[in-house]
Amino acid sequence: MRANSSVKSRVSRFASALGAFLLAFGVLAFGTPAHADIVNPEMPFKISGNVQNKGVGIPGVSISMTGPAGFTATVLTDAEGKYTVGIPEKLTDYTVTVDELTLPDGVTVIDNPATEFVEANVQTVTVGPGGRTTMNFFIGQGERKTTSIFDQVVQRLISGINFGLMLALASVGLSLIYGTTGISNFAHAELVTFGAVATYGLVALMGADLLWLAIILALVLSAAVGWGQDAALWAPLRRRGMGLVQLMIVSIGLSLGVRYLYQFFIGGTTEQLPGSSGERFALFGSVTLSATDIASMAISVLLIVLFALWLNRSKVGKATRAISDNPGLAASSGIDVDGVVRIVWIIGSVLAGFSGILWAYFRPGIRWDMGGQILLLIFAATTLGGLGTAYGALVGSLIVGILVEASSLVIPSDLKYVGALVVLIGILLFRPQGILGRKERVG
Amino acid sequence: MDILGIFLSSASFILAPTTIAYALATLGLALHFGYGGLLNMGMAGFMALGAYGYAIGILTFGLPWYLAAFVGIIASIVFALILGIPTLRLRGDYLAIVTIAAAEIVRLMLLSSAFGTVTGSADGLSGFNGPGGTVTNPTVGAGGFNESNPIPEGVYGFPPFLDDQRTWYLRIVGIIILALAIFVVWRLVNSPWGRVVKGIREDEDAVRSLGKNVFAYKLQVLIIGGVLGALGGLMLAFSTNVNSSVYVTSLTFFLWTALLLGGAATVFGPLAGSIIFWVLQAFLGLLFPALASVGLMPFTTIQAAQIKFIIVGFALVLLVVFRPQGLYGNKKELTFVK
Repeated sequence: MRANSSVKSRVSRFASALGAFLLAFGVLAFGTPAHADIVNPEMPFKISGNVQNKGVGIPGVSISMTGPAGFTATVLTDAEGKYTVGIPEKLTDYTVTVDELTLPDGVTVIDNPATEFVEANVQTVTVGPGGRTTMNFFIGQGERKTTSIFDQVVQRLISGINFGLMLALASVGLSLIYGTTGISNFAHAELVTFGAVATYGLVALMGADLLWLAIILALVLSAAVGWGQDAALWAPLRRRGMGLVQLMIVSIGLSLGVRYLYQFFIGGTTEQLPGSSGERFALFGSVTLSATDIASMAISVLLIVLFALWLNRSKVGKATRAISDNPGLAASSGIDVDGVVRIVWIIGSVLAGFSGILWAYFRPGIRWDMGGQILLLIFAATTLGGLGTAYGALVGSLIVGILVEASSLVIPSDLKYVGALVVLIGILLFRPQGILGRKERVG
Repeated sequence: MDILGIFLSSASFILAPTTIAYALATLGLALHFGYGGLLNMGMAGFMALGAYGYAIGILTFGLPWYLAAFVGIIASIVFALILGIPTLRLRGDYLAIVTIAAAEIVRLMLLSSAFGTVTGSADGLSGFNGPGGTVTNPTVGAGGFNESNPIPEGVYGFPPFLDDQRTWYLRIVGIIILALAIFVVWRLVNSPWGRVVKGIREDEDAVRSLGKNVFAYKLQVLIIGGVLGALGGLMLAFSTNVNSSVYVTSLTFFLWTALLLGGAATVFGPLAGSIIFWVLQAFLGLLFPALASVGLMPFTTIQAAQIKFIIVGFALVLLVVFRPQGLYGNKKELTFVK
């Protein structure tokens, strides 16, 4: 692998990245770094690297860095394309950005194939216990365009369906809770994060071999959280007859508190679940799929089918739909509204928790605010399909998922969520009841 | 552990430029929610437009700072119109989702590298208050806000308000803007216009039946409150660099906490709530890490610094459940919150 660093084909780019990394590491460890342009040399730790086009360093490229506690730095690469930035803290994340405007004309930062999800010229670097990390950028003549448009579209579609199914698991819960209780639950994002964080904690306890057991236990814990949340907070507030706006603000406060509670426990870094860097299978052309992608989609579909059967066939499912339709009438026809709402909270929490685990593989990584990152997309999906309708949430999620992934083919990838949010606003303007909703829901 | 130092640094937040900035935005929220009944969850977007409008006005268009300030204000008015014309007919919680999404769109656009030459993307913008300008263009920002400071160089005041001429200038400008804003809001809500607005808050249909154009009133409320938010952003931009990482959804939620703390349907509540909120934030943010560092708390100092945010979240829950009218509010004024 080390010897391949000059091979230029797309497939070996990861190998060359690794090779260059090891090379740079070797330079750091055994030799003096050759005149790297240095910023903040007085700080205890450092991030260094180079910007190169086919092995040739590019001078004068502006690289900026942001880190914890408002740390920012900007550095220009030296004559050999190298840079070094002193940083104040280790064991945390830094964002390293190449200013593409300072690159020579006609070239761009090439995607790092290992983390396709991340914007190419903006990379997050985790500084480990050693306090020294290398971040190299590879520049090319937009080689990405050698992938045929058809392959790109297919890849994005698959990715979008995967993302959409994951969103759907979170959205149907949110939608059901909205339908039965009227709460626009902003803390739903924290239920999503909970699934991932609980799995991470259990894996740390039991070891990576028992990943499946950890996932199942995490879902059991999610169910307990859903039950507990309703029993301790929402049911008493319902009994007090609290208004919907107040309930919404309560959920915002809960969301804030719980989100920072996660940060308190797991810190501000990104952690990985076992198996998140699994190998990718080539389907055709340059379209690839990883084992976790396949498992993720299969389990999502299975859960959604089970959920639909429950909603349509079981007694509680029918009662749930009755309450969504007309709570007063449901109560007077003998349905135990509080009991059904409790079950809805449990099911919604389990589905959200599972979507959190999938999200941890899709992003990839676990972060304290990972749920918050997709909260508005979940809202967009739910609203698009029709607030309070379970199938609407599913349809809405698939549309939002595919839209987000496919839009990065045409618009800059750091704006891909904007498309979904514009759709959210648009749908509220022109069809506030959503695709599958009924008009009278909007008061 | 320096207890006195912690008290003094926290007390300095009583009239810090940032506190004044947040108080202005909270006052805007009070007008939106407390008086107009509009659930604006996108105040951070208004603030971002105020701050970025000002900074871009100077750096990109080369305007003098006092004209650039109007760019920020006009940007927030345009934003209020774009947001309000289609959405004010929607029910309360829908409006909340639309405004939160709109504010996120603003933030993501400012963060995107697609407009990096104008917005500075992840780095934000700096050097617009002068003197000094930017590395690439040293004349930019000359004659800026800082140079309009008539106070001679030096350190004035007494602890906790022992500051240099720049902070004092910011503080004085901030207090003047805030006092004017409070006066205007106080006159507005007690005028015939204010009574109609409060009527809309209580029962839209009843006011409509009196022949009032409910939509126009709501739009006016949204614009005036939005301008107050932009003034808050402007205050932040006067005092420091602008960066999109400041104008996140959490900022809106903090403003809401300060608002509900002081009392939503009051004129002085937002000021009191903001002062209490940001002084407490500073105090807890200093106290817990200090306690942790001397071993009185079994956490790392990084963990201890997070505790204040956890407390804020749960305090917001408790406030809404047990004292929805806030410290100064009148519970009868909140019957509209259904």
